[in-house]
Amino acid sequence: MADNVENAVNSVSNDGTEANRHTETTPSRNEVELNGQPPTARPPQVLTDSEEDEDEELTLKYGAKHVIMLFVPVTLCMVVVVATIKSVSFYTQKDGQQLIYTPFREDTETVGQRALNSMLNAFIMIGVILVMTLVLVVLYKYRCYKVIQAWLFFSNLLLLFFFSLIYLGEVFKTYNVAMDYFTLAVIIWNFGVVGMICIHWKGPLRLQQAYLIMISALMALVFIKYLPEWTAKLLIINASSVDLLAVLCPKGPLRILVETAQERNETIFPALIYSSTMVWLFNMADSAETGNNSSHPVPQQENQVAMAPTAQPEDDGGFTPAWVNQQQHQLGPMQSSEDSRREIQELPSARPPPVEDDEERGVKLGLGDFIFYSMLVGKASATASGDWNTTIACFVAILIGLCLTLLLLAIFKKALPALPISITFGLVFYFATDNLVRPFMDQLAVHQFYI
Amino acid sequence: MTVAVFFGCTFIAFGPAVALFLFTIARDPLRVIFLIAGAFFWLVSLLLSSLVWFITVQISNKNSAAQQRGLLIFGVVLSVLLQEAFRYGYYRLLKKANEGLLALSQEDTMPISMRQLAYVSGLGFGFMSGAFSVVNILSDSLGPGTVGIHGDSQHYFISSAFMTLAIILLHMFWGVVFFESCERQRWWALGAVVISHLVVSCLTFVNPHYQGSLVPTYIILSVMAAWAYLCAGGSLRNLKLCLTCKDKDFLLANHRPR
Repeated sequence: MADNVENAVNSVSNDGTEANRHTETTPSRNEVELNGQPPTARPPQVLTDSEEDEDEELTLKYGAKHVIMLFVPVTLCMVVVVATIKSVSFYTQKDGQQLIYTPFREDTETVGQRALNSMLNAFIMIGVILVMTLVLVVLYKYRCYKVIQAWLFFSNLLLLFFFSLIYLGEVFKTYNVAMDYFTLAVIIWNFGVVGMICIHWKGPLRLQQAYLIMISALMALVFIKYLPEWTAKLLIINASSVDLLAVLCPKGPLRILVETAQERNETIFPALIYSSTMVWLFNMADSAETGNNSSHPVPQQENQVAMAPTAQPEDDGGFTPAWVNQQQHQLGPMQSSEDSRREIQELPSARPPPVEDDEERGVKLGLGDFIFYSMLVGKASATASGDWNTTIACFVAILIGLCLTLLLLAIFKKALPALPISITFGLVFYFATDNLVRPFMDQLAVHQFYI
Repeated sequence: MTVAVFFGCTFIAFGPAVALFLFTIARDPLRVIFLIAGAFFWLVSLLLSSLVWFITVQISNKNSAAQQRGLLIFGVVLSVLLQEAFRYGYYRLLKKANEGLLALSQEDTMPISMRQLAYVSGLGFGFMSGAFSVVNILSDSLGPGTVGIHGDSQHYFISSAFMTLAIILLHMFWGVVFFESCERQRWWALGAVVISHLVVSCLTFVNPHYQGSLVPTYIILSVMAAWAYLCAGGSLRNLKLCLTCKDKDFLLANHRPR
């Protein structure tokens, strides 16, 4: 009988099989997930061996695709940052200003004093980030969505309008382009408004991804400009260890965030996070918002890593209360009980099934990760004496670290911190290339020896 | 020393390699990953060899130019040997990984064949090697300056570009031959690859007499190209069939009329 049921389930739609697998990971949601099937008292372990193997194979096949889906945006972000650093001198000029989070100066007489100052700076900064993360988690836990939304909205506003205005201004200065204020206002206004819409509401996936990359790059540039040398490196190191703890420790804030979101069957601020697939806001009447995102493997999407620099725009995901209100308004207030949900699921779906194909299962990476990766590579290109060699070495190291992290994700199937491995590799290669490889390659280039 | 020189040298050095990447590797995510992993392995080998060189320089007499040159030559030889060692290490790793993947998945065939891996890893090595050799030179060529103002060769940039092109393609061919010889347990072929790499590197010691270094390098390049073609399963017959569009298997697979 179990076989029949399984066959029936398999023959429904893609979602059916998705839901089927889903039941393995979250037995509590058994009764709602089975499309077209009345919830029966079935044991949680529905999967047969063949389905498990199919599972493995698909994971392997599409694992590589997911890695590339993350390689491309990370590379793009780094390219934008490096290109800006190399051409616009504004971001490498030290005009003595520093962020209020880093009150201690690094231009001191002794090395010891400098080390102490930079450590204090880094601690203060990490402290600020931790506090903000905790506030975010507390707000999320107590369902103060409006506050989070307003906060994210405001910070995105700042980034998309103010910072990009400065960026554009500096680019114009570098290339000596004359532009009047009216045109500038129109450009910035359009850029900003479209960005806000794409990130906080709906928009084409590619455009949303492009905006997320742009704001990460802008944030990384701000950090590169305003953080002094040693502080920046120490901050990166601290951030990766904090990330490790916050995501893996049982009481870590990020882990709590992920688990709470899982319990409530919601996505975590899809805009705070770069996602490689569309968040379908309208699929089955099932409460699972992101039907497809919350499908198997649930863990794969929770690649939540550093929400670290929460000073940044952590935008919430598609599921804002505004959207929910709008849905309710359109469809009439829904009291979705088990029965009503089941009934609706049993109706033949008029819409095409959501892009819940195996190929479309995406993977997510927090924007904080983008920022720190780009910051490392940007610092390498700005200040390292090895110049392009160091930049390329850091770039390859970070990509390999990301690859390994995704491999671990495929093995462990739960939220993992993306910073530690990549940042470790990146820093090791940064220092090694700068101090060891650079003199070697310089000597080789002088004599035109090739290895 | 202009934008023209920059673009010209960039395209000479990286043109074929980027074309190969775009047409054969960019579509397949697995190949891209293995390319980057190959680049990473080359980088690690370079790191180790620079570490050793750095240590030897620190403990040597910094004022003696002859000694420094000698140390540099030693560094080059060591680097070549380490690169080949890491290529072997990468081969072993890939073999293990492939076997693991095969055991895990239900399919009979590996998702990526050893020959493809040889090609991709060779190209990865080549990309990194080329990038590290020439990118700083290219970025310098954008700025102002006069080439060879102190009596050095005028052809610095263009010869660097051609040398880099040769090295990238050579790495690719070395990769193919290397992996093939490891698969078939032909150790003499392995030795030949290592020796040809050493020869190419040592030829550059005669720079700036480019006729002494570039010409033999390109001869070695063509020999390795032919060897790699034969290793990858090509033959004169295949070549003829391909060029005259009479290869039935290929046409069938691509749904084209003869």
